[in-house]
Amino acid sequence: MNLFLYFVKRLWGLIPTFIGITLISFFVMHLAPGEPMSIQADFNPKMTPEMRQRLRAQYGLDKPLYVQYLKWLKGLAVLDLGKSFAPDRRPVWDKIKERLPITLLINVLSLVLVIVVAVPLGVKAAVRHNSLFDQITTVLVFVAYAAPAFWVALLLMLYFGVDLGWLPISGIHSLMGYDQMSWWQKALDWARHLILPVFVSAIGGLAGLSRYTRSSMLEVMRQDYIITARAKGVPEHDVIYRHALRNALLPLITILGLSLPGMIGGSVIFESIFAIPGVGQLMWTSVMARDYPVLMGNLVIVAVLTLVGNLLADIGYALADPRIRTGVQSDE
Amino acid sequence: MSRQARHGLLRVFLANPLAISGITLVGTLCIIALLAPWISPYDPQAIDTWHILEPPSAHHWLGTDTLGRDCLSRLIYGSRISLLVGFVAVGIATFIGAFLGGIAGYYGGKVDWVIMRLVDIMLCFPTIFLIMAVIAFLEPSIWNIMAVIGLTGWMGVARLVRAEFLSLRKRDFVLAARISGASDLRIAFSHILPNAIAPVLVSATLGVGGAILTESALSFLGIGVQPPTPSWGNMLTAGKNNLEIAWWLSVYPGLAILVTVLGYNLLGEGLRDALDPRSRERG
Repeated sequence: MNLFLYFVKRLWGLIPTFIGITLISFFVMHLAPGEPMSIQADFNPKMTPEMRQRLRAQYGLDKPLYVQYLKWLKGLAVLDLGKSFAPDRRPVWDKIKERLPITLLINVLSLVLVIVVAVPLGVKAAVRHNSLFDQITTVLVFVAYAAPAFWVALLLMLYFGVDLGWLPISGIHSLMGYDQMSWWQKALDWARHLILPVFVSAIGGLAGLSRYTRSSMLEVMRQDYIITARAKGVPEHDVIYRHALRNALLPLITILGLSLPGMIGGSVIFESIFAIPGVGQLMWTSVMARDYPVLMGNLVIVAVLTLVGNLLADIGYALADPRIRTGVQSDE
Repeated sequence: MSRQARHGLLRVFLANPLAISGITLVGTLCIIALLAPWISPYDPQAIDTWHILEPPSAHHWLGTDTLGRDCLSRLIYGSRISLLVGFVAVGIATFIGAFLGGIAGYYGGKVDWVIMRLVDIMLCFPTIFLIMAVIAFLEPSIWNIMAVIGLTGWMGVARLVRAEFLSLRKRDFVLAARISGASDLRIAFSHILPNAIAPVLVSATLGVGGAILTESALSFLGIGVQPPTPSWGNMLTAGKNNLEIAWWLSVYPGLAILVTVLGYNLLGEGLRDALDPRSRERG
C-alpha cells in the first residue's frame, strides 16, 4: 500500500469520529438541564412569556432536536456557528478566529521548548542509566509531573513579577505606550509577556516527554541491532545517536499527537491566570455566561483541530516507519 | 498466584524506593484526612476578623486567610475533599472503563468498533473543555464534579481492559467456563476481568493523582468545590487574589496538591514495577 492510499484510508476512517464529535458537541449542550437562554431571560425582569417564546423561535429552540442538529451541522460546513448570546451578538466563528492564533502560538512555542529540552534530557538519562544524573532527573520529573500548573504559575508570578519585578504578569503586550513602540520593541514586549505562559504550559510536557524518551531509549538499546552495531565496532556515539535515537523517537510522534487536547485544555488555566485573550479564556467566559453557541463552537473546533493533529501524526509516523504503511503490524 | 509469587511481588515492591515513598505519602495523607477533626488546631470555618491575613506564626503555623481562618486547619480539611474526589471520580471512571472495555474486547466485531470509536471521539476533546461545558449547566457541587471527572476519564481504562480481553478470550480457561455453561457476563467479568486487575490497578492509582489535579484546577477556576467548603483549589484562588500581600496563601495549598499527587504517582509507578516484570528490567 502506498502512502497516498494509506492517507485516504485514514481520512475515510475519521468520518465516523468526526460525526461523533459534532453529535457530542451538540447534545452535551442540549441535554443539559436548564434552558440555554434562561440566564439572559432570568436577568431581564421585563421578560414576558410571549417574548421568551419569540426568543426561542428566533434561536430555533422550538424545533425538534434533530432539526436543530442538522441546521447546526449545515452551518458548521461553512464555518457558520451561529451568533454569540453575548450582548455583542457577534458570529461565533469570528470570536474563535481572532483568539485561536495566540493560543496556538503559545502551544507551539511550548511544544518546541518541550521537544528541545526533554528529548536530550531523556536520552542522557537513558544512556547513563542509574547514574546520579538519571536519579536526579527522575525525581525532578516526578515532582514536575505532580505540580499543578496553575500553582507553578502563581509562584513564578510572585517571584519574577512581584518580588523581582522582571516580568509582566498579565496580558500579551503592555497596555501603556505599546502603540508608540518600534517593531522590535513590540517583539521584545511580546516576548517578555509570553515567557511565563509558555514555560508554565510546557512543564507537564517536559516531564512526560523526557520520561517517555528515557524508557523508549532504554527499550531500543536492548534490541539486537544495537548489539550488532556495537559488535561490528560502531563508535558508541553513533550507536546512540544514529542507530538508537531514530527508532526511539518514532513513538514520540504519536505521543505528541495524543497530547494535543491536553495542551489546548491547559490553555483554559494559564490563559485565565495570565489574562491572555485566547480560546481558553473564551471558553471560560462562555461557560460563565452560558453562552452556548460559543461553547459548542469551541468544543467542536478544538476537537476537529485535535483530529487533524492526530491525522498529521499518523502520516508523519507512516512517513518515518515503512512498517506502518505496508501493514506489516499487528493491530493495536 | 502462589504464596511464593506473592511474597516475591511484595519484596520487589518494598525494594523499590519510589514505591516506598509513594505508600508512605499516601498512607500519611489518608491518616491526616481521617483524623482531621482531632488534629486541626482550629475550626476550618471559624472566622476571626481580628486576625486576618496574618503571616505564619506560632499561633497559626501556616498563617490566616482573608477572613482570619486558620490556613493549616483548612488545608487539613481540604485533604478530605481531594481524597474523596480522587477516589470517587476514579471509581466511576474505572467502573465505566472496565465495563465498556470488557464488552468491547469480549464481543469484538461491531460492538468493539462502536465502543472504540466512542473512545476515539472522547479523546479528541480536551477533558477540561468537556467538564466545563457540562458544569456550565449544572450546579458546581462536589458530587457533580466527581461525576463529571469520572465520566470524562474512563477511556484509558477501557483501552487497557479491552486489550487484556482480546488476548485472553481464546484461552482454555474461558473455553472451559463456556463449556460448563457460564453466561457471557459471568465469563467476562468473573473469569477474564480478574486477570486484567494489575494494569487496571496501576492506572487507577495514577488516575487518583490526575483527578485531584483536575478538581483543584476546576476549583481554582471557580467552577469546582464552592467556598466556604475548603478545597485546595479554591484556597489557591484566594492566594491568587492576594498574591502581592500574602504569599502563604499561594504556597501551601499548592504544595499540598503536589505532595498528594506525587504520592499517588509514585505508588502507581511502584505497583507497575512490581506487577510488570518487563518494566522492572527497564528500570
